[in-house]
Amino acid sequence: MIALVDYGAGNLTSVRKALAAVGADVQTPQRPADLDTVEAVIVPGVGNFARTAALDREWRDAILGVVERGRPLLGICVGLQWLFEGSTEAPGCEGLALMPGQCQLLKTEWPNKVPHVGWNELEFPRASRLFDGIRNRSQVYFTHSYAAPVTDEAIAVTTHVVPFASAVERGHVFGVQFHPEKSGEIGLRVLTNFLNAL
Amino acid sequence: MLSKRIIACLDVRNGQVVKGVNFEGLRNAGDPAELAERYNKEGIDEVVILDVTATLEGRRALAATVSAVAKRIFIPLTVGGGIRSEDDAAAAIDAGAEKVSLNTAALNDPALITTLASRYGSQAAIVAIDAKWVDGRALVYVRSGSAETQREAVEWAREAADRGAGEILLTSIDRDGTKKGFDCELTAAVSRAVPIPVIASGGAGSLEHFSEVFTDGCADAALAASIFHFSEHAVRDLKEMLRNQGIPVRL
Repeated sequence: MIALVDYGAGNLTSVRKALAAVGADVQTPQRPADLDTVEAVIVPGVGNFARTAALDREWRDAILGVVERGRPLLGICVGLQWLFEGSTEAPGCEGLALMPGQCQLLKTEWPNKVPHVGWNELEFPRASRLFDGIRNRSQVYFTHSYAAPVTDEAIAVTTHVVPFASAVERGHVFGVQFHPEKSGEIGLRVLTNFLNAL
Repeated sequence: MLSKRIIACLDVRNGQVVKGVNFEGLRNAGDPAELAERYNKEGIDEVVILDVTATLEGRRALAATVSAVAKRIFIPLTVGGGIRSEDDAAAAIDAGAEKVSLNTAALNDPALITTLASRYGSQAAIVAIDAKWVDGRALVYVRSGSAETQREAVEWAREAADRGAGEILLTSIDRDGTKKGFDCELTAAVSRAVPIPVIASGGAGSLEHFSEVFTDGCADAALAASIFHFSEHAVRDLKEMLRNQGIPVRL
């Protein structure tokens, strides 16, 4: 069973639907202890980074516990940003710090607007399990204003005025800035690849 | 580079797509889920369901339509037309829409934009503006384009963005249904005035009209309905033409 953490940052209908389409058995944990037995955990989220504050110490410890048990973690959108140390969107709101660096507001430079909304390209600096079978420069759907820095953990880089990490991987911790549940066949393949990492 | 988006609009009444749909091979040409799936296969970037139902009974059927479409496609889905309150928006989103488009309701109660943006995120709150040129001013119209207001489109778009709208869906009443092309002057004026993406709508009659609105009109996305209904290959043909002109698209 895969835990889809619902902490009130946006609607999870689409994520649930896409995970069901690729055959995942998904449940929403009601309390942190529910994570003790899961095969994997997904932290989604749209909107403001400050929403992640709803994931208090108990939730953080439970999610980190899943990672320590060797089970995969996938952060989607704000969920990816939360894997980093924090975001300038909500100073003082701590991320999980599984990846180094701070998320920052994207730059506006006409005609490139912020939020960065729409389909943009993934460039793969190296091979990764998450993008197995996916062509370099494939396009996926983004909608966000803040983005993570490009570090050694970046397995996909996208450029909107500046390059940012559109996907990250460290051990069995993954994050995607785009919305796999909204990215057509490519997105479903990413979710399938994540399930294959179980 | 961020692609320019091509968005298909399904005008839905009582659960069926209205306007001339003329596909071969569809079991029921008026079925929104089948049409959405078809567009998805052809490479459309997003789908908008515009509820043009006049009756309350028809409105209740909307959630079933949204849910049926959302089961078949894994690309962004917007619902507009019948969203008058936070509850209407919640019903559409719970049924599987990512975004809702507010029009008259946003003008009547601009705080609704902020309410929805706080609850679901700005990316879920689109403000639709129907505008028409009157004595050199692009004025906002409401109630399906039937009632003039004294608001100017550029100024209202700025306010909507300030209040938390994630995108502007801008329809030219002058061009809607004419097939004479998008109103590039109107679109560029709004697009330059706001930091958020602007979707141009109204007037698409040929593939060239899309390239005009992406260049002269500074549009971030373009929406059309009937132009995609007549040919199986319209979406792909359109995107190939745009790419040949150096306009970034998803192919």
